[in-house]
Amino acid sequence: MLDLPLLLISAVLVNNLVLAQFLGLCPFVGVTRRTDDALAMGVATAFVMALGAAISYSLYTWVLLPLDLAALRLILFIFVVASLVTVVELAIRHFSPELHRVLGIYLPLITTNCAVLGVVLIVLRDQLDFVRSVLYATAAAVGFTLVMTVFAGLRERLIEQRIPRPFRGAPIVLVTAGVLSLAFMGFQGIGR
Amino acid sequence: MIDTRATMAVVAATLAPGIAAMAHFFGTGVLVNVGLAVSAAIAVEASVLRMRRQSVVAGLGDGSAVVTALLIAIAMPPAVDGWLVGLAVLAALVLGKHVYGGLGANPFNPAMVGYALVLVSFPADLATWPGSEGVDQLTGATALETLKHRGGETIADVWTAAHGFGAWGAHGFEWINVWFAVGGLVLLGLRLVDWRIPIAMLATLTVLSALCYDGGSSASLGSPAFHLLSGATMLCAFYIATDPVTSPTQPRGRILFGVLVGALLFVVRCFANYPDGVAFAVLLGNSMVPLLDRPLAQSASAR
Repeated sequence: MLDLPLLLISAVLVNNLVLAQFLGLCPFVGVTRRTDDALAMGVATAFVMALGAAISYSLYTWVLLPLDLAALRLILFIFVVASLVTVVELAIRHFSPELHRVLGIYLPLITTNCAVLGVVLIVLRDQLDFVRSVLYATAAAVGFTLVMTVFAGLRERLIEQRIPRPFRGAPIVLVTAGVLSLAFMGFQGIGR
Repeated sequence: MIDTRATMAVVAATLAPGIAAMAHFFGTGVLVNVGLAVSAAIAVEASVLRMRRQSVVAGLGDGSAVVTALLIAIAMPPAVDGWLVGLAVLAALVLGKHVYGGLGANPFNPAMVGYALVLVSFPADLATWPGSEGVDQLTGATALETLKHRGGETIADVWTAAHGFGAWGAHGFEWINVWFAVGGLVLLGLRLVDWRIPIAMLATLTVLSALCYDGGSSASLGSPAFHLLSGATMLCAFYIATDPVTSPTQPRGRILFGVLVGALLFVVRCFANYPDGVAFAVLLGNSMVPLLDRPLAQSASAR
């Protein structure tokens, strides 16, 4: 059993969802044009991730397992995540219509963000208890929000540069994501 | 504003004593690497400039490619295969610099992009340094590596038993670090680098290593002197972290950047797989620069 601080550091940095496990790449590339949008998207995803892990874990452990219905877990998890995303979308539309417009299609797409479902499956795979599952999901969400914001900061700077024509747009974004992932490889081995 | 060419010439000149010290301790392999890296850099830079239809003379003349090559040559073990040096230089100049539009547009330190790429691809080749007995006699892990994987021994035990340790730090590296620090102080004196980044970085490394040092028991990490004088600490503090293109422009951002790089260097060096953490600490620090440079007012008003 991992120590709690190690578990959290591992979730934020070492096994970062985006840069080490390559989950959630769609918002990582799609919503990182501006730092503020990336941060908002990160926070919205983080909310779904933490709450999604808590609800999914509870339903799986205390409803599905006693009823011997573990085979239905994927359908249940997707249902939980989709409901949460609807709640988040309604909340954002109510409190900040402008942010709702900026995030656009990416907001409902949190439903299909593999990182959200990924976190739920990871905590079940690693057989964490309830508290650890929620803490792990929160830490993973913090790591997700962190790299979203950092990457958006880099991309904002790229716009000011005169990138050679063949590398404009997607290529330079992917090169930068690659170097960032390279930098995060430095954390490999922490906690072992 | 001093022009880039003169700056790069001074930087290269102040690197010379440290490189000479490396050659003294590790043999002529160091100089071979320098020669290889510099010629590879000139060839790569010239061909990329031609491809981009820019002036080869002006592009090479600013000397930045040569300084990138020198940093890579210093980072590489003396006995490494030559093509790895060339590969690091190629990655540094193309992926680290020219795809972003050339010098001044690159978000990451080019030399560290090239070195990190080769380091994660060929870790075993880059972990083997000549030992204390002179070239060709003993090769093995560096002192940083030995200290990290020493099992339950105390620091004093491992210090006398294992090769690769000197008076305060790693054998050879302690004097190499001293000479790079001397060169760095010259740069500080000439005001070519801002004092904030190296001082903040070295202070952070000192404080963190002092907090984790308990006099050398079996659970202790290295002493502050060991960390300051081992690996590439001084080179990083004065020559790599201070790259004006890839470090923050504001005084506040520079101090935060130095603290960040120092802390990341300590964490990667002591707890992660790789023997030294300079390349990763600098790349991670570089990635934070746009956020560090953001004025507080702007981030607050944007909410």
